[in-house]
Amino acid sequence: MSDEIKESMPFLEVKNLIVEYFTSEQTVHAVNGVSFKLEKGKTLGLVGETGAGKTSIAKAILRILPDVGARIAKGEVWLADENITRISEEEMRKIRGKKISMIFQDPMTALNPVQRVGDQIAEVVSLHNSGTKESFKKRAEEMLEMVGIQKERYGDYPHQFSGGMKQRVVIAIALACNPELLLADEPTTALDVTIQAQVLKLIDNLKEKLNTSMVLITHDMGVVATHCDDVAVVYAGNIVEYGSKEQVFDHPAHPYTIGLFGAIPNLGRDEEWLHPIEGLPPDPSDLPEGCSFHPRCNYTTEECKAGTIDMLATPDGHQCRCIHMDRVLKGEV
Amino acid sequence: MRPVIEVKNLKKYFPVANGVLHAVDDVSLSIGRGKTLGVVGESGCGKSTLGRTIIHLQEHTSGEIFLHGDDISNLKGKELRKVREKMQIIFQDPYSSIDPRKTVDATIREPLQVSKRYKRNEIDDVTTELMELVGIDNRLRMSYPHELDGGRRQRVGIARALALNPDFVVCDEPVSALDVSIQAQVLNLLKKLQQQRGLTYMFVTHNLSVVKHISDDICVMYLGQVVELCPSKELFKNPLHPYTKALLSAIPSIDIHNPNKPEILKGELTSPINPKPGCRFASRCNFATEACKQPQKLQEISSGHFAACCRVREIQ
Repeated sequence: MSDEIKESMPFLEVKNLIVEYFTSEQTVHAVNGVSFKLEKGKTLGLVGETGAGKTSIAKAILRILPDVGARIAKGEVWLADENITRISEEEMRKIRGKKISMIFQDPMTALNPVQRVGDQIAEVVSLHNSGTKESFKKRAEEMLEMVGIQKERYGDYPHQFSGGMKQRVVIAIALACNPELLLADEPTTALDVTIQAQVLKLIDNLKEKLNTSMVLITHDMGVVATHCDDVAVVYAGNIVEYGSKEQVFDHPAHPYTIGLFGAIPNLGRDEEWLHPIEGLPPDPSDLPEGCSFHPRCNYTTEECKAGTIDMLATPDGHQCRCIHMDRVLKGEV
Repeated sequence: MRPVIEVKNLKKYFPVANGVLHAVDDVSLSIGRGKTLGVVGESGCGKSTLGRTIIHLQEHTSGEIFLHGDDISNLKGKELRKVREKMQIIFQDPYSSIDPRKTVDATIREPLQVSKRYKRNEIDDVTTELMELVGIDNRLRMSYPHELDGGRRQRVGIARALALNPDFVVCDEPVSALDVSIQAQVLNLLKKLQQQRGLTYMFVTHNLSVVKHISDDICVMYLGQVVELCPSKELFKNPLHPYTKALLSAIPSIDIHNPNKPEILKGELTSPINPKPGCRFASRCNFATEACKQPQKLQEISSGHFAACCRVREIQ
């Protein structure tokens, strides 16, 4: 009984997160008040274009933003019943790699080029567990086999592996301590589709086995459709639409989400022309007043250009940051 | 009608430390005027090398290349330069393919000056026209590449490629470095220019949804060889080669109510250095038999649909 209640509690909750990067001349508003919840064992997709602030959100959760020139200006991150924005760096270090771990985008740069891959896996294990050198090595070998690499390759260096294999090593490191939360930052963007399918399958299997929750950062709507439970669409550092995958894919209510769907060539349809979103994403050091999407939006009125736009509930119960949602859902423009 | 580009038995080998790398191995194809041939395959399959070799950015090892029916395989010097005006390329990465120390104006103007086709005062007008054509504001004329976003930079690359009115353009992953909303703008632009100017494209990409959208015909490459060649719609409706099938099934579908089940391939691309004769896909193929150790020929399975697999009829 008590277990059931625990299961339905959000495992990760991000509340009103604000991340800024600053120089002496300007402040870049990378993340502007992001909130979301994630249950145990579920996957949330964070979708958006380059510079939308997706990676900054993940780095803020793990508190690995650069020491100089970046800060979490506001907001809280709750992991189970602990506010991890408040704890000391020493305590945070115990969480990183153990409770929360991250799969980085580029396997070519995420690994240490002058350390044997096996030792890189064993290092994480030794930091969070007590045991002998042999036991760490054994665990690292298990992890290699789990991600489909022969344990005989323990002593090889990263340059001896292909891109897909390197990404498997990165995944092995991330999963070595059975994390409860996995932050996957474009884990397959640098890979070919057939290898992408292998890697996503692998993450899915491991997730299921360990009941891990995952935040999957991607710009590929197809990956969201096939691997996520919930979706948050990020634009200019803000979540503009948030709901279950079914709600967002079947009834997108924000003009930007609809624009994204229109801009992707769809394998199921034959169409002469694509429907690009006109204009460019805004400069995060100089965001437009009001809704940050208004300069590119077909529904824009005077009200869009000032004040803050709040998240509103859509008819099917998901959230959307657009005051003209009713007109958008009717498809007026 | 004579094809604009025709390639027969084209080979491009690179000598490397431990053998010979077969980047393009015995490729034959042709593209008609105003058509787009999509070339797809995974990284390292030789698709970019194929495009570059056809337009003589790299010398081929053997084989023949025809432009409008004329053999251009072995042209050198002045004659090659003349032919080059008819064949251009748009590169993948607009961040590294444009000189960072040249303004937009200077970049687009350069081919016009080199060709000596125009007088000095004409060049200004042609440059303006080209900028309009690809949709770059005149106010950006004196801007440097670092002041432009990826989409605009790629437009500069397109204007430069089209400056001398080529017949044939190799588009080497022109939208891979761009975000989806910008990617759609550039794809629409390429399509519009093709219709206006009757351009012939070879569109090299690893993105299968993009290639389906833009191509008339598609050629699927695996380790330097063509494994399947047919009209675009036919390929997606009725893929024949086991590799093509796996490739198509691996694209994550955005239709959440009809998810596709990816066919997971074993292993990864084998090495293109000193490959064994026989089907290069065999080591990852679920249908491989003894017969696959023989060299595979591209054969016409149904009208206009070619595949290089000896078991193609049995496994349908």
